Amino acid sequence: MTPMTDRKQFKLPDVGEGLTEAEIVKWHVQPGDQVEVNQTIVEIETAKAIVELPCPFEGVVAELMVTEGDTVDVGVPIISVDVAAEGEDTPTSAVATPVSEPPAQPAALQQDMVPRVEEPGMVAPDEPKRQPVLVGYGVKPGATKRRPRKPSHDPASATPAASSAAPVAPPKPAPQPVREEPASHPQPVDKRTLAKPPVRKMAKDLGVDLTTLTGSGPRGSITRDDVQAALTATPTQVAPAPAAATAPAAPGVREERIPVKGVRKSTATAMVNSAFTAPHVTEFLQVDVTRTMETVRRLRDLPEFAEVKVSPLLLAAKAVLTALRRNPGANASWAEGDSGAEIVVKNYVNLGIAAATPRGLLVPNLKEAQDLSLPELAKALNGLIETARAGKASPADLSGGTFTITNIGVFGIDTGTPIITPGEAAILAFGQIRDMPWVYEGELAIRKVSTLALSFDHRIIDGELGSRVLRDIGDMLEDPMRMLAWS
Amino acid sequence: MTIDSVRGAPDTPELAQPDRDGTELIQLLTPEGERVEHPDYPLDLTPDEIRGLYRDLVITRRIDLEAVALTRQGELGIWASLLGQEAAQIGSGRALTANDMVFPTYREHGVAWCREVEPLNLLGLFRGVNHGGWDPAEHGFHLYTIVIGSQTLHATGYAMGIQRDGVLGTDKAGATIAYFGDGATSQGDVNESFVFASVFNAPVVFFCQNNQWAISEPLEKQSRIPLYKRAQGYGFPGLRVDGNDVFACLAVTRKALEAARTGQGPTLVEAYTYRMGAHTTTDDPTRYRLKAEEEAWKLKDPIERVKAYLVRNEMADTAFFDDLDAEAKKFATELRKACLALPDPQPLAMFENVYADKHPLMTEEQEQFAAYLASFEGPVVSEGAAS
Repeated sequence: MTPMTDRKQFKLPDVGEGLTEAEIVKWHVQPGDQVEVNQTIVEIETAKAIVELPCPFEGVVAELMVTEGDTVDVGVPIISVDVAAEGEDTPTSAVATPVSEPPAQPAALQQDMVPRVEEPGMVAPDEPKRQPVLVGYGVKPGATKRRPRKPSHDPASATPAASSAAPVAPPKPAPQPVREEPASHPQPVDKRTLAKPPVRKMAKDLGVDLTTLTGSGPRGSITRDDVQAALTATPTQVAPAPAAATAPAAPGVREERIPVKGVRKSTATAMVNSAFTAPHVTEFLQVDVTRTMETVRRLRDLPEFAEVKVSPLLLAAKAVLTALRRNPGANASWAEGDSGAEIVVKNYVNLGIAAATPRGLLVPNLKEAQDLSLPELAKALNGLIETARAGKASPADLSGGTFTITNIGVFGIDTGTPIITPGEAAILAFGQIRDMPWVYEGELAIRKVSTLALSFDHRIIDGELGSRVLRDIGDMLEDPMRMLAWS
Repeated sequence: MTIDSVRGAPDTPELAQPDRDGTELIQLLTPEGERVEHPDYPLDLTPDEIRGLYRDLVITRRIDLEAVALTRQGELGIWASLLGQEAAQIGSGRALTANDMVFPTYREHGVAWCREVEPLNLLGLFRGVNHGGWDPAEHGFHLYTIVIGSQTLHATGYAMGIQRDGVLGTDKAGATIAYFGDGATSQGDVNESFVFASVFNAPVVFFCQNNQWAISEPLEKQSRIPLYKRAQGYGFPGLRVDGNDVFACLAVTRKALEAARTGQGPTLVEAYTYRMGAHTTTDDPTRYRLKAEEEAWKLKDPIERVKAYLVRNEMADTAFFDDLDAEAKKFATELRKACLALPDPQPLAMFENVYADKHPLMTEEQEQFAAYLASFEGPVVSEGAAS
């Protein structure tokens, strides 16, 4: 501190209505930088939004008192700025604050009926005074705080606020003053799980039980990273359906009500929309996929496929892409425009793959899939499904699809009548592959057989076109050589 | 296709030409700063008046920016920014005369400026140290109404009072103007006001700033027809004005107020504008609307077009703009300082405006409370944590 400057601190304000903490996302200034009033100095994320904070002072940044990634309580100083000395503004010297001074009051308290001691025109706070309130006998000096906290993690909250928060009332009158404790002391962790609302929601969506986690955040709170880590570490913990649905029902409970929200809700809306606007026709075809399975085996040995998973789904996807090239009318959508309805035929394929994820059914799609080589397609498929299962599918991944494959075979199901993804014209259900008696070259043989089901929107696709698409796909899976012939 | 994907189209020709449903947008100054004429709304302004309007716009925006910053710094509890709506407010605000009475929402900082309400009072309200603090009668500007749409009933009732004073058509005549947003048009209060104003031919102007978003709810979810066309169903004229055009807002509001003062009844003015900022400082618009939409509206900025007009017609030079920027900055700096120095209210102040006249029970309670407060004089013995 130079003699000509005052060091002022900016305390984290409540930027919403009654928010209590925020995470420091990004500093826009560094110590030594010149700052102006209202210059953006930091981005913070509250439970409500990401917000840029403008600097209330003009001067030179002395110190960033919290680091990016910290979660900071409202009222904790986050930055100190050396400003040119003038006037008698609030004393805010970081270093020189004597312990006997009244505690820095968190912002929320200032809204109470308690006058702020540093307010101009108020009595100077030379000695502790009882302060009047509307009801009762006034507030004991220093006996207020923002909200009651359990003592286990109150006094030294491992933040720069520790020293100023210290005089705040301990649970029982303790005669000795509470001194600043080394912030590095491990704090006892509350039995209650600590996590911010967005983290709780994320954990809930992903089916992670917060009580089983150990938090790495401040005061043992659970962070996004903890939840992500738990998800990757223990995939078995993640049930494909919402946890509540699979958990064994408590004895005596005859019904359970699960609120419909999130993915379940959007799935429900999309399915109802599709089922009641697009007249569905579903056709079925049983195919001998023995040669497809053989092809899959041989592809796995090729160096091009050394690092990717080759599955029958890959060949089904390739077959679909090839069939759509031969029959573009099935890669279309129905559009109600101002000048009447139109059929939009697409010259690109955004191939959707229905995936069972911890969040529920998601249909991420591969953009411009028609241009992909087989190894590229294999890689993209793996990536797509992994991203979706990890709960990281972006809205872009999930929108703009033109055709969907649903691989119900993985559930051990032969076939079904899939419902078209809204905005598309058709959907293929790929059933399980199993050994079946089959007439092969005039004799009964045991072959690998699968059932394909194609649902299509009869407004766009007639039976002839739909049948041709399904037949094409079937032919290619029966004899993958045809993919070469037709591509 | 979803509604949102329709909204996302930034090139929707909303301004400058009639919509395909025949919507006419009254405009006197294009976004490029070109003056255009409208047969029903001639407007003759002196260069001084135009510079005055420009100054109003700039200073209003600066006050608003300062208030947003103060909120981000924890000095105000909340703030409803008017960013993007300056022209609608200054244009209509400058159309008012002394006899008129304004019934604002909580976003009418520009109108407050025109009615000479000290901006510090607005900040005090949102700092939680006063209830507004200005005298509505003195300024012809009612206190901010937080409840959505209820001020339209107050405005209609007040207008019916003016009517009963028998002053309409005389030089003592005044009208009321009720400000509200697009979201308020879905409220019962607003629709009741329309009914009463219409059947009683009340001298009220309903000034709707359609800023396209009722917090996160887009206009399509509020109305299937342009809002101004609703007036027809109630039986009074409605029109849509380019809310980012200060000239058009001035001319249209002036004419509507004059009609009201001369006994011709209510008018609905839909000022078609855009809320460039968040609904309030606790809102995050990036969660529900697209950046492209904001960018498209940025090109229709209400201040830039007046600046372009002034420059093009050589009505203002660089010195004028520099001086004005300096003035606005100084104004904001002083406002900030004054805001931080606002004293907390004295507890006894809560008894002051409960009744118009003294009331025995109230006086007794006030004395009791004063005695209670006095009992805290002097230091107390420290206990517990006070050591």
